[in-house]
Amino acid sequence: MNWADRISPTVKSIPPSGIRRFFDIAAEMKGVISLGVGEPDFVTPWHIRESCIYGLNRGKTSYTSNAGLLELRGEIVKSLYNDYKVTYEPRNEILVTVGVSEGLDLAMRALLSPGDEVLIPEPCYVSYKSCVVLAGGVAVTVPTTMENDFRITAEALENYVTPRTKVLLIGYPNNPTGAVMSRQDLIEIAHFATKHDLIVISDEIYAKLTYDGTHTCFSSLPDMMGRTIVLNGFSKAYAMTGWRIGYAAANPDFIAAMTKIHQYTMLCAPIMAQVAAIEALKQGEKNVEQMTSEYNQRRRLILNGFRQMGLDCFEPKGAFYLFPSIKQTGLTSLEFAEQLLKAEKVALVPGDAFGDCGEGFVRCSYATSTTNIKEALLRIGRFVKPHLK
Amino acid sequence: MKELLEILEKDFTQTPEELSIMMNMPVEEVIALIAKCKSEQIIVKYQAIIDWEKAGVDNVTAVIEVKVTPQREVGFDAIAERIYRYPEVRSVYLMSGSYDLSVAVEGTNLREVADFVSTHLSTIDGVVSTTTNFMLKKYKYAGVILNDQEEEQRLVVTP
Repeated sequence: MNWADRISPTVKSIPPSGIRRFFDIAAEMKGVISLGVGEPDFVTPWHIRESCIYGLNRGKTSYTSNAGLLELRGEIVKSLYNDYKVTYEPRNEILVTVGVSEGLDLAMRALLSPGDEVLIPEPCYVSYKSCVVLAGGVAVTVPTTMENDFRITAEALENYVTPRTKVLLIGYPNNPTGAVMSRQDLIEIAHFATKHDLIVISDEIYAKLTYDGTHTCFSSLPDMMGRTIVLNGFSKAYAMTGWRIGYAAANPDFIAAMTKIHQYTMLCAPIMAQVAAIEALKQGEKNVEQMTSEYNQRRRLILNGFRQMGLDCFEPKGAFYLFPSIKQTGLTSLEFAEQLLKAEKVALVPGDAFGDCGEGFVRCSYATSTTNIKEALLRIGRFVKPHLK
Repeated sequence: MKELLEILEKDFTQTPEELSIMMNMPVEEVIALIAKCKSEQIIVKYQAIIDWEKAGVDNVTAVIEVKVTPQREVGFDAIAERIYRYPEVRSVYLMSGSYDLSVAVEGTNLREVADFVSTHLSTIDGVVSTTTNFMLKKYKYAGVILNDQEEEQRLVVTP
């Protein structure tokens, strides 16, 4: 049997992640310093891990309700109110998901009919487009530029909106660029969403890692509560990537629709992770502050390092990525990343993995020790120098 | 200043230039701030944390609970000083609870520590009693886990 012929055309149409291709090369090398990791270098704070162990000791090993433990949903609602003054009802407006990734998939499947279009500013997280396609929708990408600090504008979006446009999917602070949107920037987007009657999915997984100003939750904007699906989770702020735990906050009818898919495909998020997430929300704020402060120090160190090399680099204000332009070297993103890996054993991610407009850039994660950052900067500097002459 | 001290407490090998970038502060200011912290003994000393066991150097530490009679005007301070001036003494804390001073004493072997307690420590005027607890294993010191088994688990490249 030829299995390739049996695979669904939709799945075949999706390219494998650009990151995966690069990972295969990097994973086989020894002595690599990696700036290619999209997760915190911190281990989950001990009190959070300990709460999970305690939960296991007490026999917390069962299913939970589909929507997740009510206590957790209550804590999520409290934290959303404390941070952004948005009010959700824990019983029917919150769904606990297996990370933002599941939340995004559920949202797309619950929203899209074949041919519905989703506006996606690029560069963006690698799964956005694929999730849309898998749900039968059409991903319409909208490029952002370094000149505009990788922010999306209503003006740019207007060029891509059609009668079939149903959703706008945004993710700020942004992976891979580190860009953030000010409240004023977002209000402009809110007007655009109202004008075209769009649903807005706002992936705010990096919200707590904002270094300049404060993060604005999209649903906290005037009249946006009713048309926004907020996706968030614990991976980045609490260093809990492997726990796979996140949530969606939205209108009760829509949460019910997402829950319907969730109950047949996932049933519930793992109870161990839910127990740990409760502890994170109740006691984890101090850890978040400590980690954020350290990321901020590294952010300045790496930004300064790249600028010293003579590369164009916009200042990221959130997440833990730097997205320098490597156009002056005359290399493509992939050439730059591959040659750097071979010559100096530094791994970073070619910018085109995050969309066509990411070509000419590379993503450097500073979720690694200052010692590693300093050594990586030395090596990259050595690699870049002859290319800039 | 707190941020500077936090960074230095974790790793004092950062240069003023690096600190200046990390804290977004002019390098002259960083240098002046460090100098001020040193002169005011806020930064007391820069030291390495060494696992002597791994270095193959034998030593024995005892934590001694010392009950003392506080003295008029100087309270516990005078006795504490008479104790902490001995180089064998690694740390001295005034405690609340069932005893007064917690004294850590280090020696190359058990006999050496025992001799120190019987000939020097317990004979000091005002020392009422001592209870010597020998330390069997050091897991964590100065906020640092000495034999951390947690390894980097992350993949080289992830989205």
